Amino acid sequence: MSARLGSLSSTVAVAAASALLAAMLATAGPAKADSITVNSDQSDPQPKAAIQEAVHRFEAANPGTQVTLNTYDHESYKQSIRNWLTSEPPDVVLWYTGTRLRQFVQPGLLADVSAIWTAPMKQAFGTTAVDLVTDGGKQYAVPYTQYQWGLYLRSDILRKAGVGPVKTFDDLLGACDKLNAAGVAPIALGSKDLWPTAAWFDYLDLRINGYASHMQLMSGKVPYTDAKVHAVFAHWKQLLDHKCFNANHTELSMQESQSVMYQGRAGMMLMGNFITANFSPEMQKVMVFEPFPTVTAGVARAEDAPMDSVAIPQGAHNKAGAMKFLAFMMQPDIQAMINAGEKQIPANSQAKLIDDPYLIAGRSLLAATPDHSQFFDRDTNEALATLAMKGFQEFMVQPQRLDRILAGIDRARLRIYANTN
Amino acid sequence: MSTTVQAAPRRTRHAGSLAPLAFIAPAALFFAVFVLWPIADSIWVSLHDWDGVHPMRWVGIGNYVELFTDDVFWTALVNNIWWLLAYMLAPIGGLAIALFLNQNVLGMRLYKSLFFFPFVLSQVVVGLVFSWFFNGDFGLLNLGLRAIGLHGVSLLGDANWSTPATIVAGLWPQTAYCMILYLTGLTAVNGEVVEAARMDGARGWGMFWNIILPQLRPATFIAVVVSVVGALRSFDLVSIMTRGGPYDSSAVLAYYMYEQTFLSFRYGYGAAIAVVLFAIMDVYIAFFLVTMLRRERR
Amino acid sequence: MFPRPIQTASPGAQALYRVALPVSLVIWLLPLVAIFLTSARTAQDLAAGNYWGWPHGSHLIGNYEAVFTSSPMGRYLLNSVMITLPAVAATLALSTLAGFGLAKFRFPGNTLVLAIFIAGNFVPFQILMIPVRDLMIHVFPLYNTIWALVVFHAAFQTGFCTLFMRNFMRELPDSLIEAARMDGAGEFSVFSLIVLPLIRPALAALAVLEFTFIWNDYFWALVLVQSDSARPITAGLQALQGMWLASWQLMSAGAIVAAAPSVAIFFLMQRHFISGLTLGAVKE
Repeated sequence: MSARLGSLSSTVAVAAASALLAAMLATAGPAKADSITVNSDQSDPQPKAAIQEAVHRFEAANPGTQVTLNTYDHESYKQSIRNWLTSEPPDVVLWYTGTRLRQFVQPGLLADVSAIWTAPMKQAFGTTAVDLVTDGGKQYAVPYTQYQWGLYLRSDILRKAGVGPVKTFDDLLGACDKLNAAGVAPIALGSKDLWPTAAWFDYLDLRINGYASHMQLMSGKVPYTDAKVHAVFAHWKQLLDHKCFNANHTELSMQESQSVMYQGRAGMMLMGNFITANFSPEMQKVMVFEPFPTVTAGVARAEDAPMDSVAIPQGAHNKAGAMKFLAFMMQPDIQAMINAGEKQIPANSQAKLIDDPYLIAGRSLLAATPDHSQFFDRDTNEALATLAMKGFQEFMVQPQRLDRILAGIDRARLRIYANTN
Repeated sequence: MSTTVQAAPRRTRHAGSLAPLAFIAPAALFFAVFVLWPIADSIWVSLHDWDGVHPMRWVGIGNYVELFTDDVFWTALVNNIWWLLAYMLAPIGGLAIALFLNQNVLGMRLYKSLFFFPFVLSQVVVGLVFSWFFNGDFGLLNLGLRAIGLHGVSLLGDANWSTPATIVAGLWPQTAYCMILYLTGLTAVNGEVVEAARMDGARGWGMFWNIILPQLRPATFIAVVVSVVGALRSFDLVSIMTRGGPYDSSAVLAYYMYEQTFLSFRYGYGAAIAVVLFAIMDVYIAFFLVTMLRRERR
Repeated sequence: MFPRPIQTASPGAQALYRVALPVSLVIWLLPLVAIFLTSARTAQDLAAGNYWGWPHGSHLIGNYEAVFTSSPMGRYLLNSVMITLPAVAATLALSTLAGFGLAKFRFPGNTLVLAIFIAGNFVPFQILMIPVRDLMIHVFPLYNTIWALVVFHAAFQTGFCTLFMRNFMRELPDSLIEAARMDGAGEFSVFSLIVLPLIRPALAALAVLEFTFIWNDYFWALVLVQSDSARPITAGLQALQGMWLASWQLMSAGAIVAAAPSVAIFFLMQRHFISGLTLGAVKE
């Protein structure tokens, strides 16, 4: 008995080892000429289904072409796209626009797709969108979706506390005082995720110093010790002095901070429009969207409005097929379908929008605003963004450390942009 | 790690045979490819500036020089030291619980299992369990604190408390582990020696200190060894409970390395942090190997 | 016996001990009790801020059902099984062979090889992270598959398991092996016919231990896989943390589901588990 078991185990041992080696040596087959591979970061159920539907329609419109769609988790996608682009790329990648796109264009990792950007197409998307995928006069991607940022307010709570419209920074401070008096945290914030703080920085900078100055700062050309940056923090300090934020924001993630507002313990949030997907029917009745208030009168308004795109890696096996896919993704009906699923705004202005009050407000806001920043952590270097957002969080808890925090961010800026500026 | 090397028996085959090579080769191959070579490669990467997109750029010891002036690196290093020191409470606590449970009463086996089983939980689960327990808004801990008239605190959101709170979560399974080591150790304590000491009037603390503790030395050795390893591998809990925050107050080297590599895309700098962590661990590995080899010869 | 048997203490002390036992256990497991209670709460209770008060109805089964129907938890569990079982088998195979080579043969560098296995077992994961990830992407196309984790765990755990096996095998009497060799058995027959049957307790202990170690791994799951199709339960739970943080009843149920298999293995195989874990705690 034991001898039999013994030899059995040793056979298993050898088999396991050789299976492992065989698995290690197995390689993926090469892509066929009439097939394309699409890598997507749209992993939430509805966006994922929308992209799948676009793929099905593309296959139906192009008989004989097979599309393999690989969907990855949003966060890890940011890591692994670097690996694909520099080694074995798919034929199409879903990605961002603006700085994050150019970051891959400049080392030559993405293909020029100017050929499909005809004059009528450029007109349909508008100069803002086209500029966001352009580098050195050439286009490198097709934008397909966008969403706005702004204040989402509990109109019922605000009304009860006697808060009027929040159109200016002073309105906002006044609202904080009234909401505090009513025993409600004025603004829900989840700074454990760090990035929610960056929205405050972006908007204060955009509203105080304007879009051009903001983008200069984002590209590392302006020191963080500049008087303009200090002006931003001086306003932020006023918000702190008026106790505008929930006290335990460092402990909360973005999701947890939302539920504080839904539970009626906070009056508003500065957030991207994706938050509306979480509104229950009761919340939809009371939640209203308001663009971020004016801070310095006379500064031209700009909005944080991240736009996502489809692009072709330089090393794609089937560039012709990929180009067909990108051209397909430009079509108004496809963009309408995808954005109906994603509950976002199509990049192609001719695409129809679903009947959703927040999206309708967002599209008209963005159409009236020529300058769309892409959000702090997309507009500036990642290493700098990570460090700076921790600095924002620290400032919100320990405002007296501001000078040390800004000096630290600026040291990193000098190091990071030393090679490029 | 829980085994030590025992006294050497005779060996039966001599040099020259290829047989041992054949037995060792598969394991050695895997180990070389996935453990040894990566160590060398990490050291190589740490001498470069690399974001994963552009070509690697040689910077020599530049990353290490930068570490020296990086506040977060020092915070993480100091926190690592706190983890190490605090984890020495695990053997102490584990021994205390083991002494408490080392009785023959009905149901004791079940008690021992229930005290021990936090150790078999994944650190992810432990992290979630304690995140919930410590939650500043409605965690059970704060409920208790408020009930006895104290102020509630959001431990994980407070820069002064985030590291101690994370360590407490880590100590929970670690203490359970040490407890089981000591329980096993206590079963092997020589009863005759204990009785003889009792005859001589040894009692309580003196008995424990002079008679019992020396006999528990093997258990203590392993408890300390596993606690040091546990303390330096604090990545999981930090990642789940605080992500190094607020503002890096709870960062440890393992987490900071991960963050620099995958969130800031500084592969070379991340590798340099890993090399420092590795160097710290080397001191300890050397200590363990020397102890082991000394026993081997005895 | 130390401490003195409680039965020899005064009746008062005995009574105190009997009360202290369950009380201390409850305190010890309080965080776990909290999460278990939460996993039975209704979403309405939590939304209304009623976290610990008297519950308005229980939703125990509903929450656990929701964990499986509203998330890929089932997939994660399956992935964990498909990663853990082959990895345990492979690491046992590799280390049993290597342990035999190191325990029963004398050759130059024997101690050095052993020392390298032991030292490797202690290295911080971070020093391996970037190169192992690159290997799995560029050399072996296993990145983002369960095989990346199987192969890495098998390789890394070999360090600890080889030491464990080698120490166990050294205790086997050499005379048995010599006798087999006298009868003309080849080295592999000696290994499979004589040694393997004798080390079954060690294999069992190690299998149980390694099952929990690999099942509970989180770091490598984070580094080597990134889609739901390959993610084990630990990384899956972390991914759900983002989705569920505002619904603690689901998070709690998810945590308990994730913990259940290794806890079950522990309670079923307790003897093997503890004998593996405490080997060396009594001998010097």
